[in-house]
Amino acid sequence: MTPLQGCLLVSALLFAIGLAGAVTRRNAILALVGIELMLNAANLNFIAFWRYGPHPEALTGMMIVIFSIAIAAAEAAVGLALIIAIYRHYRTANLDEMKNLKG
Amino acid sequence: MSPVFVIIAFVTLLAAAAAMSLRNLVHCALSLVVALAGLAALYLQLDAQFVGFAQILVYVGAVAILIVFAVLLTRSDATPNQAILAPGWIVGILVSAVVFAMLGWAALNSPGLPREMPPTPEATVKNIGDLLMTRYVLPLEVIGLLLTAALIGAVIIAMKEETPKSCSSRRESAPSEKLERTDPALRDGYEAEKGDGV
Amino acid sequence: MMLEIALELEGRTMFETLDQIFVTLKHQAVAFFPDVWQPLVSALISIAFIPLVFATLFAVVTIFERKGIGRIQNRYGPNRVGIPLTKIRLCGFGQFIPDGLKMLTKEDIVPRAADKVVHFLAPVVLLVPVLLAYAVLPMGRNMTAVDLDAGVLFFFAVGGAVELSVFMAGWSSHNKYSLLGAMRAIAQMISYEIPLILSAVTVIMIVGSLKTVDIVAAQNHYLFGLAHWFVFTPWGLAGFILFFISSLAESNRTPFDLPEAESEIIAGYFTEYSGFKFALFFLGEYLGMFAVSGLGITLFLGGWTAPFSFLTWVPSYVWFFAKLLALVFTFIWIRGTLPRLRMDQLMNFAWKFMLPMSLVNIIAAGAWHFLGAGWLRWAFCSALIFGSYAILGWGLMQNQKLGKRTYRFAD
Repeated sequence: MTPLQGCLLVSALLFAIGLAGAVTRRNAILALVGIELMLNAANLNFIAFWRYGPHPEALTGMMIVIFSIAIAAAEAAVGLALIIAIYRHYRTANLDEMKNLKG
Repeated sequence: MSPVFVIIAFVTLLAAAAAMSLRNLVHCALSLVVALAGLAALYLQLDAQFVGFAQILVYVGAVAILIVFAVLLTRSDATPNQAILAPGWIVGILVSAVVFAMLGWAALNSPGLPREMPPTPEATVKNIGDLLMTRYVLPLEVIGLLLTAALIGAVIIAMKEETPKSCSSRRESAPSEKLERTDPALRDGYEAEKGDGV
Repeated sequence: MMLEIALELEGRTMFETLDQIFVTLKHQAVAFFPDVWQPLVSALISIAFIPLVFATLFAVVTIFERKGIGRIQNRYGPNRVGIPLTKIRLCGFGQFIPDGLKMLTKEDIVPRAADKVVHFLAPVVLLVPVLLAYAVLPMGRNMTAVDLDAGVLFFFAVGGAVELSVFMAGWSSHNKYSLLGAMRAIAQMISYEIPLILSAVTVIMIVGSLKTVDIVAAQNHYLFGLAHWFVFTPWGLAGFILFFISSLAESNRTPFDLPEAESEIIAGYFTEYSGFKFALFFLGEYLGMFAVSGLGITLFLGGWTAPFSFLTWVPSYVWFFAKLLALVFTFIWIRGTLPRLRMDQLMNFAWKFMLPMSLVNIIAAGAWHFLGAGWLRWAFCSALIFGSYAILGWGLMQNQKLGKRTYRFAD
């Protein structure tokens, strides 16, 4: 197993763990944590392919990951602001109890 | 597959599994921090210095703190007594196992993967800066706009709504101010209305 | 071995030898080991140097702080303790020995409802990133522990991990005051991190590199006998003042010590810590102060370079530590002099004054670079910085209606 395949397996497992957590946990914040883990797994994938693929001096993989980290931070901020606003309304962060479309 | 890589990967995966399965939300957030730091160590191992440090600065220094603040503001920091898993959690676990099996099989058996390891690329900050200003200048500007929009949006969404009742109650003076205005000994020094701080 | 030392010293003046004495000693020590182990031993020696020197500096600075604050407040500080069990008199400078022993032997009380694991890990999570931050500071010529390509970014990255430890300490104590103090401390640290990083960005823009060694080398030439430190330029002076105020806030020192002030919130986020864990928090706070002062010296005050060209014979590490002690003395002086800021005043100051000023500073630094040498860039940059300071100050003071100052004396 080459080092590249090792990195890809780690990132696949991280993605699967993030997916499992985002889908099975009840709390809204943990769904967001799962999404962050999935984004990070994809970043690891990009960096692994940048390092072991052809033309690493073009720095394409690093560029994508830099922008991806910035976007993930913005998305986490907005997502958590939404959860806080919803909590103020429903008084709970439990995803199963946010069933009504009308406030 | 150096032993360092195996150890860091093991710690990262263990922390990620803990982040998704612990009962107490604050423990989950702290395990997420360990997982993100482990990922930064993996990036450093892959000779991506700038990305590794940016990961620590942005994720560990900012996103983790955001998550922790959100846990506290939604009062979820006590260990919950009721069930923590949504109904139908078995299906979720099965689906993610299938996803992992598919990705793992593709990673191990794909014929198009590069086999040999190229020499260490010159990923200095100067090269990154040059690329950001020449080839990737449009994404850079768009990211600036996106971050500004996200900042303003997050503040507006999470801001407490100003109801008319709360406005009027704030205009009533506090008891201490009333005392100062009515006490004759102190009235001379109380010329103007007190304003906010700088 | 004497032959090797003689060969290395050949062709150098005495002052150059003195300047490089620690580097030479390290090379000699590393040469004892077989070739395979040499990189590891070299790294270990560089790393071991840091806690030894800075922990000693911490002990000395606590004495200076107590005596200094005492004198500012018109009283003596500790002035009796010499070295215990001997007859050596030190007029109070040996105070750190019994203080350290006291903290080590006090009972370690953990509240029953506290989260044991997180409570235990919080001081560790504070100390490790702070010690990591020293790795990129150039303490002398050729005396940087690790010369990273993205050195300044590494420093700010590990500085961000300190906030996490503050939260862990506050939350795990299961105490309302601790949590409130921790939240305030984190809000303050996040707010002041932005002017800190933005004022460092001006230096990075002008030098063109994130390596700390390059930043010091860019300040190492002399113009009419005066060093070319960045603090002697308009944007550098404004940047240094902004950096200094932000580092006061990052280390939770007066006037920004609301999260840990005794009269406000008992002890803030480390209320429930006693004994050795409290000593670790104390150590971590002071080491953080030294680290951020060290970065300020590297960025603005020329690192290990001498201020005047006729003083370059003094060894470089002497200059670094002299400047560090001067900055620490300024920290202590400000602590004894200024009153505390309230939380909303603190946050307003960060977001409404420091952030716009640091953005204007970046514009001024850019203008400095592109206007070319001459009197025009001095005039333009000074006018820009001073003008925006005046406008911001006037604008922010408009909302403040201050009453007439009255004095009431006891009759």
